[in-house]
Amino acid sequence: MRQDVKFLRDGELIELNNIDPNETLLDYLRLREGSCGTKEGCGEGDCGACTVAIGSLKDGKLQYQAVNSCIQLLGMMDGKEIITVDDLSKGPLVKGSQAKRSQQLHPVQDAMLRHHGSQCGFCTPGIVMSLFTLYHAKMKADRTTINDQLAGNLCRCTGYRPIIDAALESCTGKAEDRFRQDAQARTTKLNELDDKEDLFIGDEAKFFAAPASTKTLASIYEKHPDAVIVAGATDVGLWITKQLRDLPKIIHIGRVTELQKITHDTNEIIIGAGVTYADAQEVLATIDPDVAEIIRRIGSTQVRASGTIGGNIANGSPIGDSPPLLIALNAKLSLQKGTDTREIDLEDFFIDYGKQDREEGEFVSKIRVPKLTENEIFRSYKISKRFDQDISALLAAFKLTIDNNRITQARIAYGGMAATPKRAAHTEKALQGIDLNVSETWEKAVQTLEQDFTPLSDMRASADYRMEAAKGLLIKALHEISSETIDHESDQTRVIGARAIDVREAV
Amino acid sequence: MLHKSPDTNVSTATVGKDNKHDSAERHIKGTALYIDDIREPQGTLHLAPGYAQASCGKIKSLDLSAVKSAPGVVAVLTAKDIPGVNDCSPAMGDDMILADGHILFHGQVIFVVAAKSHLAARKAARLAKIEIEETAPMVTVEDGLEKDASVLPPYEFLRGSPDEVIAYSPYKITDSFHIGGQEHFYLEGQIAMAIPGDDGEILVHSSTQHPTEIQHTVAKMLGVQDAAVVCECRRMGGAFGGKESQAAQWAALSALVAHVTGRPAKMRLDRDDDMIMTGKRHDQACHWQAGYDDQGKLTAVNVEFNSRCGCSADLSLGVNDRTMFHADNSYYYPQARILSRRVMTNTVSNTAFRGFGGPQGMVFSERMMDTIAIKLGMDPLDVRKINFYGDEDRNITPFGMQVQDNILDELVSELESTSDYRNRRKEIAAFNEKSPFLKKGLALNPVKFGISFTLKHLNQAGALVHVYTDGSVQVNHGGTEMGQGLYTKVAQVVAEEFGIDLDHVRITATKTDKVPNTAPTAASSGSDMNGMAAKQAAQTIKDRLIDLASKLYQVDKTTISFAHNKVKVGDQEIAFAELTQQAFLERVSLSSTGYYATPHITWDRDTKDGRPFLYFAYGACCAEVTIDTLTGEMKVDRVDILHDVGKSLNPAIDIGQIEGGFVQGMGWLTTEELVYDDQGRLRTHAPSTYKIPTASDIPEDFRVNLWNSTGNREDTIYRSKAVGEPPVMLATAVFSAVTNAIASLSPGQVPQINTPATPENILRSVQDMKKRDKRAGEE
Repeated sequence: MRQDVKFLRDGELIELNNIDPNETLLDYLRLREGSCGTKEGCGEGDCGACTVAIGSLKDGKLQYQAVNSCIQLLGMMDGKEIITVDDLSKGPLVKGSQAKRSQQLHPVQDAMLRHHGSQCGFCTPGIVMSLFTLYHAKMKADRTTINDQLAGNLCRCTGYRPIIDAALESCTGKAEDRFRQDAQARTTKLNELDDKEDLFIGDEAKFFAAPASTKTLASIYEKHPDAVIVAGATDVGLWITKQLRDLPKIIHIGRVTELQKITHDTNEIIIGAGVTYADAQEVLATIDPDVAEIIRRIGSTQVRASGTIGGNIANGSPIGDSPPLLIALNAKLSLQKGTDTREIDLEDFFIDYGKQDREEGEFVSKIRVPKLTENEIFRSYKISKRFDQDISALLAAFKLTIDNNRITQARIAYGGMAATPKRAAHTEKALQGIDLNVSETWEKAVQTLEQDFTPLSDMRASADYRMEAAKGLLIKALHEISSETIDHESDQTRVIGARAIDVREAV
Repeated sequence: MLHKSPDTNVSTATVGKDNKHDSAERHIKGTALYIDDIREPQGTLHLAPGYAQASCGKIKSLDLSAVKSAPGVVAVLTAKDIPGVNDCSPAMGDDMILADGHILFHGQVIFVVAAKSHLAARKAARLAKIEIEETAPMVTVEDGLEKDASVLPPYEFLRGSPDEVIAYSPYKITDSFHIGGQEHFYLEGQIAMAIPGDDGEILVHSSTQHPTEIQHTVAKMLGVQDAAVVCECRRMGGAFGGKESQAAQWAALSALVAHVTGRPAKMRLDRDDDMIMTGKRHDQACHWQAGYDDQGKLTAVNVEFNSRCGCSADLSLGVNDRTMFHADNSYYYPQARILSRRVMTNTVSNTAFRGFGGPQGMVFSERMMDTIAIKLGMDPLDVRKINFYGDEDRNITPFGMQVQDNILDELVSELESTSDYRNRRKEIAAFNEKSPFLKKGLALNPVKFGISFTLKHLNQAGALVHVYTDGSVQVNHGGTEMGQGLYTKVAQVVAEEFGIDLDHVRITATKTDKVPNTAPTAASSGSDMNGMAAKQAAQTIKDRLIDLASKLYQVDKTTISFAHNKVKVGDQEIAFAELTQQAFLERVSLSSTGYYATPHITWDRDTKDGRPFLYFAYGACCAEVTIDTLTGEMKVDRVDILHDVGKSLNPAIDIGQIEGGFVQGMGWLTTEELVYDDQGRLRTHAPSTYKIPTASDIPEDFRVNLWNSTGNREDTIYRSKAVGEPPVMLATAVFSAVTNAIASLSPGQVPQINTPATPENILRSVQDMKKRDKRAGEE
């Protein structure tokens, strides 16, 4: 059992045995280190001013990901490397830098400077760090990837155009900064930090634990069922920074090897509870382009780098984006307590608002997602005030089984329409047997949604809107599926998120 | 032709160049210091506000014992701890620093906690037990109107007899719609740090657009002379009007704690607290009638703006006056009544926001143009053009000012052509014809925005220039830097004057002990006024140097010129630094103040007479959008902008202002929605619920150009024009394009839609149109 947190700070080893379980990474940087380049804009992971890059090993290779340091707990940094804006222009000259005066600048800083990418400058350090991680992504950035990368970095001054131009110019997929140059040394150090030791800092009353195995996790949680399990802290972080809750006992699952696994074959995908959205995205995309698009629109790049699908389910929110998606796909959920495990239908996990089928001391261990079969067609849509990095007003997911242009079975789930993510049982039934050729027959099924849901009004949308949009999305799905299966010629049906051109054969 | 400006093709070395923002390198390195980054003096206390959880009522009891005994707490102060005047209002004396007895809005600050850490203070602030005897709050404009509650008397412009003329016009229309408010969402929240000094003196670092007002508020609150208080602001992490009057409360509370405890005190608002406790753009309920002829030409306009001012006057007088000043936008109203009611509600006091009421006025005029076009089946651009102000006639605004610098026809025609407006109009009609769910819309809207403070005495600025013997220069002025590049532009002006490189000019933090009695940095006037004042200060020193050189080198003054860090004196050249060294030896002062008062401003609010603006800035925007009629979702596909900045002081910075202003305006009219519940509590008080544009919201095809101007016809700094606010209003084109897209569903029917055009508002309007279209079909 190890009793100090170890991480790299721009390549240098830091060991701390005096951390508060609720201490955030941002507070560590600004208050303890006095590194004030990183800013606090909102304290809830929505503005990106506090963005830093986290280095970790993925399949043995060093990767840098942007995260919101305001809602990352310091203890979660164990085994990782932290790079902040304060580090970027340190060190030796950077190759490829153009302006004479800017020779000490990192290429993304240099491009930001030349494109007039800052005005008030407060969001700028976060944007620079976001672009730094894009610079290290092994691909040439285009407008789409840049929009995606920057979705979690709000700028109120520039209107983004110069920042996008700076990114287009500097993020070419050919990283040759000092971080790349000594990537090997950093990789070695990170490998050394991966000691597979359980981490426990504090005492029985107040601690930060980061077990290395499911076995230790299960035993600590059984002993401390009042502890809070934290995966990416994109929700729990706000309990600390906004609700100002004291969470004396934190169990972080990010080091539990078994929970970080994602496996798949032709029939199904199995996602460990500690797998981040970012790591799950690619595999989930093999189910359907719409699944990938929904995952892409969860939070921001920063949120997806730390948040997990397991956490999105476990916190039981009625407006989480992955549950309705996974319920429509008929996903199964595994829960573990001590050495006992059980598997349930994901939809049964959500009992009521704030109430889930989870016993004391029991934790979510994995999610099993069946892939689509030959005659199944899938559609999903997210509606929010802003396209990127917004919480859904509603989300709809449809899995239809089609036989000879007829719907033989429908599995539909909505988020944001009830106290839990919920299936539309009446509508599913009403759709059975409908001929996709005869659009006049759709209307009755569409109206059936009113029997399934009585949505609420809140700051995101009114009850009326939710119902009307829910109907609109079903019409849209039916329209898209009918044109796909019948005439192969589709009208433009979406203002964003057009499906990749891989229209499935008619069945 | 009136609009032809004088030839101003003077060649310049620094002015007019794409110099980088003076702090750009520090921004991208993270080394630019904002107030929270300044090393705190030892023993600094951290503050947090305790606020009312009710919107209206009387404080029955206030139990702060748990707050006081919370870990880390050093002091808890209430209204009774204020030695002087408990007011942080900009003028009217109606904004309490700490509530005393009555609660006027949810979020009103009742006490302040000072603790050893920010977190300790925030945690302690939540432990208060406050009982409030609640009365039903007035939440909406309609609530306030019903009770006849107002923060200021109504104000009206009247020309002719619009009601009669409308009644007898060939066509007339009556309409109402609601214009939403807007949260500033400056990335750096409100913050101040006060450091006590010698003999009751106090230094306040404040993220403020108005250091002088901070100085006055703090002095008044502490009961000391203005001279005992210094306010400093090096830079703000964004402001947009939100730190014009409303930075004062946090500065005052910091100063209060520093005064009472004798320790430095810093107050940084948490984002949610900031959004709950500070005012926003005024939302307005707009009712209007207009008469027009078969060409769409207006005969008369009668418009009422009912503005939600919140619980106090704040800057509502000027803001709502400017709504009226811009209710005409670019159009001549032969007869007009423009009325503004300043409605009181039990919500946070609304305040300045980039455009200062102007955007609300222009959203109205643009909706009127769209409405007339739909009714007549005309292209909206043709209706707009036929109503433009004229050059020789039809050029008097409803407030009596003659429009003398009109470039609307040329500017709009150029954009019409470069944006390929007419062809795209046809393509869009064809698209809409065959697309069942998605519909496109297009609009090309003009902007005409008056430059100057409408409160005459604010049109003044001061500067202080020091030249050091090594030839380096320090500049200080009353303007503040909030990202707009003011410091850079003023430094360019000074460098130009002395003929030295820009990096020899150091701009120093705005500070009330350097340049006193300043106006806020607002009304887009920063570089117009401070640039002129700095130029004058530099000129004074330069004149002294010329006198000296003429004497020393025995040459005629006319042969002396400054360029490339050198001074040409007759036939010889000496280094600028050499001449400044000589000046010291010859006992010539190398320091001077400068001062500027904007000329020709004669507006008298009481008599509604005179000229409020020195000139107008113009621009136009063409926007194309696609809406989804099943969900109400909307995407802005392409935007073309042509904007007039006169002779630009710095084209790169000006383009940045235009793009940023447009996107901010677009956010206001599309995704940014403030939601209050029926108890008057703001429900959208964080970026998780209040959505400003992000990178993917800007149009993929975004073309921004500066109007090829021959220069401002008025004698402004290098014939440039102000650029801070006008571009916000270019975004009305997005709202008009949405209206246009919805209107395609049922030709001739006017879509009912409020701003912002959220998916929900668009879908409601779409469904309403479909119903009306169905009814029309059945009849």
